[in-house]
Amino acid sequence: MILPISILLMCQLIGETVARGLALPVPGPVLGMALLLAGCIVWPKIAEIVMPAAQGILAHLSLLFIPAGVGVISHLDVLGSAGPVLLVVLFASTALALITGVLTFVAVARLCGDKPVPTEPQP
Amino acid sequence: MNTQPLPLTEIWSYLSSGPLLWLTATLVAYLIGDWLSRTSGRQPLVNPVLVAMILLGALLWSTRTPYIAYFEGAQFVHFMLGPATVALALPLYANRLQIRRAMLPLIAALIVGSLTAILSALWIATALGIDGPVWLSLAPKSATAPVAIGIAEQIGGLPTLTATLVILTGIIGAMIVTPIMRLLRIRDWRARGFAVGVAAHGIGTARAFQVNETAGAFAGIGMGLNAMLTAIVAPYIVTLLMSP
Repeated sequence: MILPISILLMCQLIGETVARGLALPVPGPVLGMALLLAGCIVWPKIAEIVMPAAQGILAHLSLLFIPAGVGVISHLDVLGSAGPVLLVVLFASTALALITGVLTFVAVARLCGDKPVPTEPQP
Repeated sequence: MNTQPLPLTEIWSYLSSGPLLWLTATLVAYLIGDWLSRTSGRQPLVNPVLVAMILLGALLWSTRTPYIAYFEGAQFVHFMLGPATVALALPLYANRLQIRRAMLPLIAALIVGSLTAILSALWIATALGIDGPVWLSLAPKSATAPVAIGIAEQIGGLPTLTATLVILTGIIGAMIVTPIMRLLRIRDWRARGFAVGVAAHGIGTARAFQVNETAGAFAGIGMGLNAMLTAIVAPYIVTLLMSP
Protein backbone atom coordinates (compact mmCIF):
# COMPACT_ATOMS: atom_id res chain seq x y z
CA MET A 1 0.00 0.00 0.00
CA ILE A 2 2.68 2.52 1.04
CA LEU A 3 5.24 1.30 -1.50
CA PRO A 4 3.03 1.71 -4.61
CA ILE A 5 1.82 5.13 -3.44
CA SER A 6 5.41 6.22 -2.79
CA ILE A 7 6.36 5.11 -6.30
CA LEU A 8 3.48 7.16 -7.79
CA LEU A 9 4.38 10.22 -5.73
CA MET A 10 8.10 9.94 -6.53
CA CYS A 11 7.36 9.81 -10.27
CA GLN A 12 5.13 12.89 -9.93
CA LEU A 13 7.80 14.68 -7.89
CA ILE A 14 10.48 14.02 -10.51
CA GLY A 15 8.02 15.00 -13.26
CA GLU A 16 7.16 18.31 -11.57
CA THR A 17 10.81 19.10 -10.97
CA VAL A 18 11.81 18.41 -14.57
CA ALA A 19 8.74 20.18 -16.07
CA ARG A 20 9.34 23.32 -14.04
CA GLY A 21 13.11 23.19 -14.23
CA LEU A 22 13.10 23.02 -18.04
CA ALA A 23 9.88 25.11 -18.47
CA LEU A 24 8.29 22.33 -20.56
CA PRO A 25 4.73 22.74 -21.91
CA VAL A 26 3.84 19.37 -20.33
CA PRO A 27 2.38 19.12 -16.80
CA GLY A 28 4.56 17.37 -14.19
CA PRO A 29 2.19 14.43 -13.62
CA VAL A 30 2.15 13.64 -17.37
CA LEU A 31 5.97 13.46 -17.34
CA GLY A 32 5.67 11.31 -14.20
CA MET A 33 3.38 8.99 -16.15
CA ALA A 34 5.97 8.69 -18.94
CA LEU A 35 8.66 7.98 -16.35
CA LEU A 36 6.60 5.27 -14.64
CA LEU A 37 5.80 3.69 -18.03
CA ALA A 38 9.51 3.58 -18.84
CA GLY A 39 10.17 2.11 -15.39
CA CYS A 40 7.59 -0.65 -15.95
CA ILE A 41 9.11 -1.53 -19.32
CA VAL A 42 12.63 -1.74 -17.86
CA TRP A 43 11.59 -3.54 -14.64
CA PRO A 44 8.23 -5.33 -15.10
CA LYS A 45 8.36 -5.96 -11.33
CA ILE A 46 7.36 -2.29 -10.83
CA ALA A 47 4.13 -2.85 -12.79
CA GLU A 48 3.30 -5.79 -10.54
CA ILE A 49 3.81 -3.69 -7.41
CA VAL A 50 1.90 -0.60 -8.56
CA MET A 51 -0.93 -2.27 -10.55
CA PRO A 52 -3.43 -2.93 -7.68
CA ALA A 53 -3.09 0.61 -6.30
CA ALA A 54 -3.30 2.13 -9.79
CA GLN A 55 -6.43 0.16 -10.62
CA GLY A 56 -7.96 1.20 -7.31
CA ILE A 57 -7.34 4.91 -8.00
CA LEU A 58 -8.35 4.80 -11.68
CA ALA A 59 -11.61 2.97 -10.92
CA HIS A 60 -12.63 6.11 -9.01
CA LEU A 61 -11.06 8.72 -11.27
CA SER A 62 -14.42 10.56 -11.40
CA LEU A 63 -14.24 11.26 -7.67
CA LEU A 64 -11.08 13.32 -8.09
CA PHE A 65 -12.79 15.88 -10.36
CA ILE A 66 -15.55 16.69 -7.88
CA PRO A 67 -13.74 19.45 -5.89
CA ALA A 68 -12.96 21.34 -9.13
CA GLY A 69 -16.48 20.62 -10.38
CA VAL A 70 -18.02 22.14 -7.25
CA GLY A 71 -15.86 25.19 -7.96
CA VAL A 72 -17.55 25.45 -11.36
CA ILE A 73 -21.03 25.26 -9.79
CA SER A 74 -20.09 27.91 -7.22
CA HIS A 75 -18.55 30.20 -9.84
CA LEU A 76 -21.01 29.81 -12.71
CA ASP A 77 -21.23 33.62 -12.74
CA VAL A 78 -17.76 33.79 -14.40
CA LEU A 79 -19.53 32.64 -17.57
CA GLY A 80 -21.43 35.95 -17.36
CA SER A 81 -24.18 36.83 -19.83
CA ALA A 82 -22.40 34.73 -22.48
CA GLY A 83 -23.17 31.55 -20.45
CA PRO A 84 -25.85 29.97 -22.70
CA VAL A 85 -23.87 30.79 -25.88
CA LEU A 86 -20.69 29.31 -24.37
CA LEU A 87 -22.57 26.10 -23.52
CA VAL A 88 -23.72 25.83 -27.14
CA VAL A 89 -20.11 26.31 -28.30
CA LEU A 90 -18.84 23.62 -25.90
CA PHE A 91 -21.54 21.12 -26.90
CA ALA A 92 -21.04 21.59 -30.64
CA SER A 93 -17.25 21.69 -30.55
CA THR A 94 -16.90 18.66 -28.24
CA ALA A 95 -19.30 16.64 -30.39
CA LEU A 96 -17.37 17.59 -33.55
CA ALA A 97 -14.01 16.70 -31.96
CA LEU A 98 -15.37 13.31 -30.85
CA ILE A 99 -16.84 12.52 -34.27
CA THR A 100 -13.82 13.60 -36.36
CA GLY A 101 -11.37 11.96 -33.93
CA VAL A 102 -13.07 8.57 -33.81
CA LEU A 103 -13.77 8.44 -37.57
CA THR A 104 -10.13 9.29 -38.33
CA PHE A 105 -8.92 6.54 -35.99
CA VAL A 106 -11.22 3.93 -37.54
CA ALA A 107 -10.46 5.01 -41.12
CA VAL A 108 -6.66 5.00 -40.68
CA ALA A 109 -6.80 1.68 -38.80
CA ARG A 110 -8.73 0.20 -41.74
CA LEU A 111 -6.21 1.65 -44.23
CA CYS A 112 -3.39 0.00 -42.26
CA GLY A 113 -5.30 -3.29 -42.39
CA ASP A 114 -5.36 -3.37 -38.62
CA LYS A 115 -8.11 -4.80 -36.47
CA PRO A 116 -8.52 -4.36 -32.72
CA VAL A 117 -7.03 -7.33 -30.88
CA PRO A 118 -9.02 -8.77 -27.99
CA THR A 119 -8.26 -7.08 -24.67
CA GLU A 120 -5.21 -8.56 -22.99
CA PRO A 121 -5.73 -10.10 -19.58
CA GLN A 122 -4.57 -7.73 -16.84
CA PRO A 123 -1.38 -8.88 -15.11
CA MET B 1 -12.38 17.30 26.52
CA ASN B 2 -15.66 19.17 26.87
CA THR B 3 -17.88 17.89 29.60
CA GLN B 4 -20.85 20.08 28.62
CA PRO B 5 -22.78 19.14 25.48
CA LEU B 6 -22.34 21.86 22.86
CA PRO B 7 -25.28 23.50 21.10
CA LEU B 8 -25.72 22.43 17.48
CA THR B 9 -24.70 25.80 16.06
CA GLU B 10 -21.34 25.57 17.82
CA ILE B 11 -20.75 22.02 16.64
CA TRP B 12 -21.51 23.29 13.13
CA SER B 13 -19.09 26.19 13.37
CA TYR B 14 -16.42 23.82 14.71
CA LEU B 15 -16.97 21.22 11.98
CA SER B 16 -17.34 23.67 9.11
CA SER B 17 -13.95 25.23 9.91
CA GLY B 18 -12.00 21.94 9.59
CA PRO B 19 -11.39 19.58 6.68
CA LEU B 20 -13.30 16.58 8.13
CA LEU B 21 -16.83 17.65 7.22
CA TRP B 22 -16.23 18.63 3.58
CA LEU B 23 -13.91 15.72 2.87
CA THR B 24 -16.61 13.34 4.12
CA ALA B 25 -19.30 15.21 2.20
CA THR B 26 -17.27 14.93 -1.03
CA LEU B 27 -16.83 11.16 -0.64
CA VAL B 28 -20.50 10.61 0.26
CA ALA B 29 -21.69 12.79 -2.65
CA TYR B 30 -19.51 10.69 -4.98
CA LEU B 31 -20.89 7.44 -3.52
CA ILE B 32 -24.43 8.70 -4.16
CA GLY B 33 -23.52 9.81 -7.70
CA ASP B 34 -21.75 6.52 -8.44
CA TRP B 35 -24.65 4.51 -6.98
CA LEU B 36 -27.14 6.40 -9.15
CA SER B 37 -24.89 5.89 -12.18
CA ARG B 38 -24.64 2.14 -11.50
CA THR B 39 -28.35 1.63 -10.81
CA SER B 40 -29.09 3.42 -14.09
CA GLY B 41 -26.86 0.84 -15.82
CA ARG B 42 -24.12 3.49 -16.39
CA GLN B 43 -26.57 5.65 -18.32
CA PRO B 44 -24.32 8.36 -19.83
CA LEU B 45 -26.58 11.21 -18.76
CA VAL B 46 -26.35 10.14 -15.10
CA ASN B 47 -22.75 11.31 -14.73
CA PRO B 48 -21.40 10.71 -11.20
CA VAL B 49 -19.30 13.92 -11.25
CA LEU B 50 -22.29 16.00 -12.31
CA VAL B 51 -24.60 14.44 -9.68
CA ALA B 52 -22.04 15.01 -6.90
CA MET B 53 -21.36 18.58 -8.12
CA ILE B 54 -25.05 19.46 -7.97
CA LEU B 55 -25.55 17.84 -4.53
CA LEU B 56 -22.53 19.60 -3.03
CA GLY B 57 -23.31 22.88 -4.79
CA ALA B 58 -26.80 22.83 -3.28
CA LEU B 59 -25.38 21.96 0.16
CA LEU B 60 -22.83 24.79 0.04
CA TRP B 61 -25.47 27.23 -1.15
CA SER B 62 -28.02 26.26 1.51
CA THR B 63 -25.44 26.41 4.33
CA ARG B 64 -23.87 29.61 2.92
CA THR B 65 -20.47 27.94 2.92
CA PRO B 66 -17.90 29.75 0.77
CA TYR B 67 -16.07 27.58 -1.80
CA ILE B 68 -12.73 28.27 -0.08
CA ALA B 69 -14.01 26.69 3.16
CA TYR B 70 -15.27 23.68 1.21
CA PHE B 71 -11.95 23.31 -0.64
CA GLU B 72 -10.11 23.19 2.70
CA GLY B 73 -11.50 19.66 3.09
CA ALA B 74 -11.86 18.70 -0.56
CA GLN B 75 -8.24 19.53 -1.39
CA PHE B 76 -7.14 16.06 -0.28
CA VAL B 77 -9.30 14.51 -2.99
CA HIS B 78 -8.18 17.17 -5.50
CA PHE B 79 -4.54 16.45 -4.71
CA MET B 80 -4.96 12.82 -5.84
CA LEU B 81 -5.40 14.00 -9.46
CA GLY B 82 -1.59 14.15 -9.77
CA PRO B 83 -0.83 10.59 -8.60
CA ALA B 84 -3.85 9.35 -10.61
CA THR B 85 -2.36 10.86 -13.77
CA VAL B 86 0.92 9.06 -13.02
CA ALA B 87 -1.08 5.85 -12.41
CA LEU B 88 -2.35 6.02 -16.02
CA ALA B 89 1.05 4.52 -16.91
CA LEU B 90 -0.21 1.10 -15.74
CA PRO B 91 -3.09 0.66 -18.23
CA LEU B 92 -0.70 2.04 -20.89
CA TYR B 93 1.83 -0.62 -19.92
CA ALA B 94 -0.79 -3.39 -19.89
CA ASN B 95 -1.99 -2.33 -23.36
CA ARG B 96 1.46 -1.48 -24.79
CA LEU B 97 1.32 -4.03 -27.62
CA GLN B 98 -2.10 -2.78 -28.77
CA ILE B 99 -0.88 0.81 -28.56
CA ARG B 100 2.29 0.15 -30.55
CA ARG B 101 0.24 -1.56 -33.29
CA ALA B 102 -2.20 1.36 -33.42
CA MET B 103 0.47 4.07 -33.68
CA LEU B 104 -0.60 5.48 -37.07
CA PRO B 105 -4.38 5.67 -36.39
CA LEU B 106 -3.52 7.14 -33.02
CA ILE B 107 -1.38 9.97 -34.40
CA ALA B 108 -3.88 10.74 -37.18
CA ALA B 109 -6.81 10.85 -34.74
CA LEU B 110 -4.80 13.03 -32.35
CA ILE B 111 -4.07 15.66 -34.98
CA VAL B 112 -7.61 15.70 -36.43
CA GLY B 113 -9.40 15.54 -33.06
CA SER B 114 -7.19 18.11 -31.37
CA LEU B 115 -7.35 20.64 -34.22
CA THR B 116 -11.12 20.17 -34.53
CA ALA B 117 -11.54 20.79 -30.80
CA ILE B 118 -9.64 24.09 -30.98
CA LEU B 119 -10.75 25.39 -34.39
CA SER B 120 -14.44 24.46 -34.15
CA ALA B 121 -14.74 26.12 -30.73
CA LEU B 122 -13.16 29.34 -32.04
CA TRP B 123 -15.12 29.39 -35.30
CA ILE B 124 -18.49 28.66 -33.70
CA ALA B 125 -17.80 31.24 -30.98
CA THR B 126 -16.94 33.86 -33.62
CA ALA B 127 -20.14 33.04 -35.52
CA LEU B 128 -22.13 33.52 -32.29
CA GLY B 129 -20.53 36.90 -31.61
CA ILE B 130 -18.00 36.02 -28.89
CA ASP B 131 -14.68 37.85 -28.97
CA GLY B 132 -11.90 39.21 -26.78
CA PRO B 133 -10.56 37.39 -23.70
CA VAL B 134 -13.65 35.11 -23.53
CA TRP B 135 -12.97 33.91 -27.09
CA LEU B 136 -9.30 33.29 -26.25
CA SER B 137 -10.32 31.31 -23.13
CA LEU B 138 -12.12 28.79 -25.36
CA ALA B 139 -9.04 27.73 -27.34
CA PRO B 140 -7.54 25.25 -24.85
CA LYS B 141 -10.87 23.90 -23.54
CA SER B 142 -10.22 20.24 -24.45
CA ALA B 143 -6.80 20.07 -22.77
CA THR B 144 -6.43 18.87 -19.19
CA ALA B 145 -7.01 21.70 -16.66
CA PRO B 146 -3.44 22.58 -15.55
CA VAL B 147 -2.22 22.77 -19.15
CA ALA B 148 -5.31 24.66 -20.34
CA ILE B 149 -4.90 27.29 -17.61
CA GLY B 150 -1.24 27.75 -18.54
CA ILE B 151 -2.18 28.21 -22.22
CA ALA B 152 -4.96 30.69 -21.35
CA GLU B 153 -2.51 32.82 -19.38
CA GLN B 154 -0.04 32.74 -22.24
CA ILE B 155 -2.49 33.79 -24.99
CA GLY B 156 -4.42 36.38 -22.98
CA GLY B 157 -7.49 34.39 -21.92
CA LEU B 158 -9.09 34.39 -18.48
CA PRO B 159 -7.67 31.53 -16.37
CA THR B 160 -10.73 31.13 -14.09
CA LEU B 161 -13.10 31.10 -17.05
CA THR B 162 -10.86 28.60 -18.83
CA ALA B 163 -10.93 26.28 -15.78
CA THR B 164 -14.73 26.42 -15.85
CA LEU B 165 -14.90 25.79 -19.61
CA VAL B 166 -12.49 22.85 -19.29
CA ILE B 167 -14.54 21.12 -16.57
CA LEU B 168 -17.79 21.72 -18.48
CA THR B 169 -16.19 20.32 -21.68
CA GLY B 170 -15.16 17.20 -19.75
CA ILE B 171 -18.64 16.64 -18.38
CA ILE B 172 -20.31 17.31 -21.74
CA GLY B 173 -17.89 14.93 -23.48
CA ALA B 174 -18.44 12.20 -20.87
CA MET B 175 -22.21 12.55 -21.30
CA ILE B 176 -22.41 12.60 -25.11
CA VAL B 177 -19.65 10.14 -26.04
CA THR B 178 -21.69 6.94 -25.67
CA PRO B 179 -24.76 8.16 -27.62
CA ILE B 180 -22.52 9.53 -30.40
CA MET B 181 -20.50 6.30 -30.68
CA ARG B 182 -23.72 4.25 -30.78
CA LEU B 183 -25.08 6.51 -33.49
CA LEU B 184 -21.88 6.11 -35.55
CA ARG B 185 -21.86 2.33 -34.79
CA ILE B 186 -18.22 2.40 -33.65
CA ARG B 187 -17.33 -0.80 -31.78
CA ASP B 188 -13.56 -0.33 -31.68
CA TRP B 189 -12.84 0.43 -27.99
CA ARG B 190 -9.44 1.88 -28.85
CA ALA B 191 -10.98 4.47 -31.18
CA ARG B 192 -13.82 5.31 -28.78
CA GLY B 193 -11.48 5.75 -25.82
CA PHE B 194 -8.85 7.72 -27.70
CA ALA B 195 -11.40 10.16 -29.15
CA VAL B 196 -12.93 10.92 -25.76
CA GLY B 197 -9.50 11.40 -24.15
CA VAL B 198 -8.57 13.96 -26.82
CA ALA B 199 -11.92 15.80 -26.76
CA ALA B 200 -12.76 15.61 -23.05
CA HIS B 201 -9.47 15.03 -21.10
CA GLY B 202 -9.64 13.39 -17.64
CA ILE B 203 -13.40 13.44 -17.12
CA GLY B 204 -13.84 11.74 -20.49
CA THR B 205 -11.09 9.27 -19.47
CA ALA B 206 -12.93 8.53 -16.21
CA ARG B 207 -16.04 7.75 -18.25
CA ALA B 208 -14.02 5.50 -20.58
CA PHE B 209 -12.66 3.50 -17.61
CA GLN B 210 -16.26 2.94 -16.43
CA VAL B 211 -17.15 1.36 -19.74
CA ASN B 212 -14.06 -0.61 -20.83
CA GLU B 213 -10.45 -1.07 -19.66
CA THR B 214 -8.96 -0.76 -23.17
CA ALA B 215 -11.03 2.37 -23.85
CA GLY B 216 -9.69 3.80 -20.58
CA ALA B 217 -6.06 3.11 -21.52
CA PHE B 218 -6.47 4.75 -24.95
CA ALA B 219 -8.34 7.68 -23.39
CA GLY B 220 -5.38 8.22 -21.05
CA ILE B 221 -2.95 8.48 -23.97
CA GLY B 222 -5.39 10.72 -25.86
CA MET B 223 -5.52 13.08 -22.89
CA GLY B 224 -1.74 13.20 -22.44
CA LEU B 225 -0.95 13.70 -26.14
CA ASN B 226 -3.66 16.31 -26.60
CA ALA B 227 -2.32 18.31 -23.65
CA MET B 228 1.07 18.49 -25.39
CA LEU B 229 -0.29 19.23 -28.88
CA THR B 230 -2.73 21.91 -27.65
CA ALA B 231 0.06 23.64 -25.71
CA ILE B 232 2.15 23.75 -28.87
CA VAL B 233 -0.46 24.71 -31.52
CA ALA B 234 -3.08 26.81 -29.66
CA PRO B 235 -0.95 30.02 -29.55
CA TYR B 236 -0.27 29.78 -33.31
CA ILE B 237 -3.90 29.05 -34.21
CA VAL B 238 -5.12 31.99 -32.15
CA THR B 239 -2.62 34.38 -33.79
CA LEU B 240 -3.50 33.03 -37.24
CA LEU B 241 -7.26 33.47 -36.73
CA MET B 242 -6.85 36.95 -35.28
CA SER B 243 -4.79 38.32 -38.15
CA PRO B 244 -7.17 39.71 -40.81
